[in-house]
Formats: sequence, structure tokens, C-alpha cells
Amino acid sequence: MSTTSAPGSGQGTALRLDGVAKSFGPVIALKSASLDMLPGSIHALIGENGAGKSTLVKIIAGLYQRDSGVFEYQGNVVDFSNTAQSKDAGIAVIYQEPTLFPDLSVTENIFMGRQPTGSLGRIDRKAMRATVRDLFSQLGVNIDPDRPTRGLSIADQQIIEIAKAISLDARVLIMDEPTAALSGVEVDRLFKVARGLRDEGRALLFISHRFDEVFALCDTVTVMRDGEYVATSAIAETTVEEMVHQMVGREVATLFPKEPAEIGDEVLKVSNLTEPGVFHDVSFSVRSGEIVALAGLVGAGRSEIAQAIFGVDNYESGTVTINGKSVRKHDPARAMDLGIALVPEDRRKQGVVLDSSVARNITLAIRKTLTKAGLLWPAAENQAASHWAGRLEVKTNALDTTVGTLSGGNQQKVVLAKWLATNPSLLIVDEPTRGIDIGTKSEVHRDLSRLAGQGLAIIMISSELPEVLGMADRVLVVHEGRITAEIDRADATPESVMFAATHSKAVA
Amino acid sequence: MSISSTSILAESNILGKLGRIGKARELGIFLAFVLVVAVTTIQNPNFLFSSDGFRDLLVTPSILMIVAVGQAIVIITRNVDLSVGSVVGLSAYLTGRVFIDYPQLPWPTVFVIGLVFGALLGLINGALVAFAKVPSLVITLGTLYAFRGINVLWTGSDRINASDMPASFLALGTSSWWKIPVITIIALVVLAIAGFYMYTQRGGRELYAIGSDPDAANLYGLKVKKRILAAFIMSGALAGLAGVLYAARYGTVNSQVGSGLELEAVGAAVIGGVAIFGGSGSVFGAAIGAFLLLTINRALPVLGVQDFWQRAVVGALIIGAIVLDKLAANRQERKLVELRDTEVEQKEAQNV
Repeated sequence: MSTTSAPGSGQGTALRLDGVAKSFGPVIALKSASLDMLPGSIHALIGENGAGKSTLVKIIAGLYQRDSGVFEYQGNVVDFSNTAQSKDAGIAVIYQEPTLFPDLSVTENIFMGRQPTGSLGRIDRKAMRATVRDLFSQLGVNIDPDRPTRGLSIADQQIIEIAKAISLDARVLIMDEPTAALSGVEVDRLFKVARGLRDEGRALLFISHRFDEVFALCDTVTVMRDGEYVATSAIAETTVEEMVHQMVGREVATLFPKEPAEIGDEVLKVSNLTEPGVFHDVSFSVRSGEIVALAGLVGAGRSEIAQAIFGVDNYESGTVTINGKSVRKHDPARAMDLGIALVPEDRRKQGVVLDSSVARNITLAIRKTLTKAGLLWPAAENQAASHWAGRLEVKTNALDTTVGTLSGGNQQKVVLAKWLATNPSLLIVDEPTRGIDIGTKSEVHRDLSRLAGQGLAIIMISSELPEVLGMADRVLVVHEGRITAEIDRADATPESVMFAATHSKAVA
Repeated sequence: MSISSTSILAESNILGKLGRIGKARELGIFLAFVLVVAVTTIQNPNFLFSSDGFRDLLVTPSILMIVAVGQAIVIITRNVDLSVGSVVGLSAYLTGRVFIDYPQLPWPTVFVIGLVFGALLGLINGALVAFAKVPSLVITLGTLYAFRGINVLWTGSDRINASDMPASFLALGTSSWWKIPVITIIALVVLAIAGFYMYTQRGGRELYAIGSDPDAANLYGLKVKKRILAAFIMSGALAGLAGVLYAARYGTVNSQVGSGLELEAVGAAVIGGVAIFGGSGSVFGAAIGAFLLLTINRALPVLGVQDFWQRAVVGALIIGAIVLDKLAANRQERKLVELRDTEVEQKEAQNV
């Protein structure tokens, strides 16, 4: 019946992907993804950040279209060109961030686009409300169907998404990290609902970073790495160690390792930094000449901690001191004066002014000291800029080239140069090599290593394990806003870091 | 028995719904309107009780009301249509030209011509916004000048006079049915149809959804482009209709008809509780907003307020309306979060 019956396509498969690839220009998001979902079964999909899970979900949803490979739904090859088609076919996707209309009522959210209508095309609100009441009693939840969805907790919003999926009679339900923002009680409720749906014969895909949840809920698990399918195993026949190994299994050789540097006095001390719901009780210190990595999953709170130290984000309690002087909260200007520099995560939005020249960008943080009689002269700007551009080997035709025309790696060097010009004693780099080609990447690593050698204290936030392991003297693992492990360079392995990043309990 | 009980139930639902929607804004703005009329009438009874006064009260805001209803539909989708003033101008002039060039045409045809012509101009706006993906503020600012330019080019120093148009057509602007001016009746019919569409039809609800969260609307698989196009066509068509009514009411049309009307329409919608970021408010609110805006304009001279202050009062009204909205939204958000927290506590208590 099915147009392609490749070997291994089981009878009665709900949804099957085989060798699906997708790239965006030169960036390859998926190399070869495979997945086999069965009705009446909960399938887990796990992998590191950037393994391609979200791209895969968007292909199933019809938001992206695959470049090659097989996508079968209920035995037939399908090509969804938009989300309406996948929805009509019976595939419901619950995204990490629920996508509801905040101004509209719960009922309207569930039925938007397919409301029951009566005479003159009038929407039958009574029928809608009755259906929603039924759905909610079936799910065992107590949400007013007439209230707007604005102000609902993430957990309730997800329940509404699930109610929507059930009312569509979806045969396949995809849940992208649904538990990331839920409390224990809410997770239990979600699992109960998910098991009920499984027992009705639906196929569920559960994407999560939490191994305990995968073991508690799922029947089968598929691991992805770097856009590729790695392995599928029955949950009863695998272990956490094996899954971690499958997630990270690659060599750490191609990178520029940090050169040994003399570790000096304590530069930064963070004590009990807390912002409810974001990070809790964060304490650590960094010495001069040391590179400390903040490892963990995206959304664990690493960037928020960095921004709190720099004074951009607020925090409720705790203290930050640098070279013995305390850093006030919510005052980045003072943090800069005290010698903190922050190379932010989003280079294009937060790091550089894309339409300004290289010279302008490099001197942006020191323009006050360059002024003469209150005026900023190009000569002074260029002199300072060329010094730093030279030291970091920024590849540009001229100093008045617009930064937007440089490659990502050279833009990053411009950001680094900007902060080094302020002569900082602590440098925070957030994902310093994201989206940078391999060659420039190792140059950035070399630069960071040299700076540490010159006595700078460095905090490096990175989601790339090889980078963390290659560069860091110490690894602090952040999990759900807490530092759950501190691992020395000698003890740091891909497995130990990944294990700590996915487990709430600290490892010994 | 079952019929009556369901109809009572349906009615109570409708009332509950209306109460829910209307509670905050439409009712408040209506009370403000009543207050303005009452205070002014106490000062000068002719404001309401003379036959001219009553007529002016109803007829003056009617044309703005039609344009404001169209504007509200567009703003609800998180867009704005700044070209409506120019569309009114073009349509009014076109109406006059049709009478001059085709005197044999039966006059009701001009309504169809005005509607279709406005809809075409709306189609241009909508297509540019939906497909070229340029913000509507920029597109319609452009077409505001472009349409006006065409109007000036076409009209020159010419003008349409009352003598160019048939008396039966002009009578529309002056006659009444049961003391209600015909123009006001037309405006109320437009309002009823628009309200019916926005509240009971899938298309109308999708316009709210698109304005509430455009990204979510895409993920839902709603036909966002088609709906936005439709919203601009509706706004254009209503502005076209308003142009025809302008010609009927005033009898003279030059190249500057409708100048500045777009800002009055946006003002009316905002005063009436249509959130500028889309997703909430109603065409009824915008209609009452139009009444309040123009009635205040007429009331202030009666109350002896100087010319300069009249504009300042309108400005204060718009800013006040937005501040009020923001405060109400904050309070509602707090209340909704509280409601949620007590629900969670109850649940957790049950689980323990």
C-alpha cells in the first residue's frame, strides 16, 4: 500500500522518518534523522542542544519542508507544506513555549479556525463550551473555559494545547520539552494525561532533557547527535550511561587547548545570588589567569547569571564583588568601571552595531576616554581601534568597513576587542564561538587562552562540550538555575558534564 | 418548555458575554458620552432638545463612525490603515464625477461604486501589507499621500457642487426616518453587520486571533495573509461608503475632503477600547468612541471652552483612554494570575 516500503518499516507505524535532511543555506540543521513512532506508545527523543530535535519537530509539523529523505504518516508518504495540513492529517504539536492567543478565551483558543457553526455561519459558542467542559473533566483539570488565556501558568497552557489536540482527535502528539517549566505536581498531572492518551492508541513523542522523566514515562528512546540519528532502544534495555554516551560520543581533539597559565588572586566572588524562578543560591569565584566554564543546557540560567553579575539583569539577593569591591545590582556602567566586560550571546543584536564601522565598534566602550574637548576625533578612534584590531587579528579591509559585512568570527573578534580596550580584569564570554567557522573558532580560543595567560579572569558560557573541556580550568555545571556540580579540568569528561547537566541531583 | 429554557439559557449566555466584553470599556465610554450630552444640555437645552440639536448629535459622528468601524477591524489585526481619509476624499469626488458624467445612472448605484472603489484601494493596501511584508504604518502612510495626490491631480481646483448631484441623492443627507437621520441609520446598519461578523463568524474571530499573536496564528495554520487582506478591503470599502455619504451630506466636494479623518478614526477606535496592539476591543467601542470624540468637539464651544483647549481636551481623552486601558490590563493580569494561583493551591491541597 505504502509507496515506499523500505525494510524495517513496521506494520501499523503511526509516523516514520528515514534519512531526513534539512539545511538552511550553508548551515546543515539535519543530516540524517530517523524516527519510528508506533500507535499506543510514548517515544522519547533526546540529544544535546543543536542536535536537530527542534528542526525535526518543525518538519513533522509542516513548518519546514525536508530537503531529502522519507516522511511517512500512517503508511503514506506525506509532504506537508504548512501547519494546517499536518493538523488536518491528525498531527498535533505542543511547542516548548505554548502558542495561545492571550486576549481570547480558553474555549476560543481550543477551537480557533474550526469552530462549530450554526445558521448564517454563526459560531456555536454553547456547543464549544460544552465540549471544552467535557474535555477538561476527561483530563481532570479545573480551568474556567471563558477566561482569557493571559495569565495562565505554562502548565495550564499546555493542558489547553493537549485539549486542543484531543478535540482534533490527533493520532500523533509531539511534545517539545513540555516539562521544562513545570513543578512536580504539574509534571505528574501531565504524565497522567499522556499515559491516558497512549492507552487510547495515540502515538506520542516526548522531547526532554530529563532522563528520570524519560525513564518514568516513555517506552522507546531515540538519540540524536549533530543532526544525525544515533540509536533507538527500548527503554527497558538501556541505561542513563549508555544514553549519555550516545549523546556526546565524539572526540575532543580538533580544538585549541588552553595553555597553562599562572593562577593568581581571586578576582570575582559571587555569593548566594538568587532571583526567584531564574537562578538560586549561586556562589562561585574566579581567579586571575583562570577560565571557568559555565556548562549546562540552554535555558538552565547561565546567561541570566552572567547578566546579573554584569548588572543588566536584576536579582533579589546575594552579592557580587570584584577585586574586593562590591558591584551594585542594576548598574552596568559601574560594573564596567570596576573592570567587568561581557561579550553577549547574541552577537548581532547585543554585541555589535552592525551598521557602524569596525573602528566605531571597537572604541564604543572607551569613547569617553578618547574624546578631546568633548569631541571624538577619527584619528584617536582609528589609533585605538587599529591597536586592538591588530592584536586580535581582525580580518577586515579597512577600519571604516561596516561591521555587518564581516564574517561572524571577525565580528566576534570586534566585540572582544571592544571589551579588551576597556582593560577589564574579568571577561565574561557567552557562547563565544557560536556560528563561527572552524578556523576562526580556534583563533578565538587561542585569544582567550592568551588573555588568561596575561592574568585576565575569564568566565566562559558554552553549550559545546568540546569547547568546555578544551578551554576550562574548572567547569561549573548549571542545572535549572543552580550550580549542581563543580568539576576540575582533570576530572571533566563529556559524560560527567552531560550527566550533571541533565540531573537535578549533584553528582559526587 | 425545553425551547424556552434553552432560549433563556442562550440569552443569559449572551448577556453574560456582553457583560464580560462590555463591562470595562464600551459601557464606560457610553456613560462618558451621556455625561457630556447631559452637562452640555444643562448649559444649553438646545444642544439636545431642539430638533436641529438632536439631529446634529446623531448625524455629525455618523460618517466618522463608519470609518472608525473599518479602522477598528484593521487595528484588531495589529495593523493600522492611515489611508482612510484619502480614500474618503477620492470616493466622494468619484461620486460627484459619476453624477456629472453618467447622469442617466440610477443614484443608488453610486453606493455600489463607492463601496467597490474603496474596496479596491483597500486591496492595494492589504496586498502590500500581507505579501510585501512591509509594516502597515509605512504602507498606508505612503498610500495616504499617494491617494491624496491622485485626488489633487484629478480634481485640480475644480469642485463638485450640490447642483451637480440629483436632489433625491442629496435628500439622503438631510432626511430622517422617525426622527433618526438616514445617514445615521446607514451607519448603524454597517455597525450591526460588522459587529455580527466580528463576533459570530470564524473570519471575525480569526482577525482577533491574528492580532493577539501573529506567530501563534501561523502555527495554528490560520490563513493570516488572506484575513489581513480582507480586513484592509473592509476598511477601504467602508471608507468608500463614507465618501459617498460625505457627498450626499455636504453637497460640495473639493480635493481636500477627508483630510485628517484617519487620525480621528484611530482616535475613536482607541478611545473606544480597541487596543492599538491588536487582539482586543470591538467595533461597537470604536463607534461609541466616534460619537464621544465628535460630540465633545461640538460641546466644548457650547460650554465656552476656547478653541485651543478643544484640541487639548481631545488629546487628553486619547492619552487618558490608553492609560486607563493599561491600568485595567495590569489589574486584570494580576487578578488572572491570582485566580490561577488559588486554583493551583487547591489542587496541591487535594493532592496532599
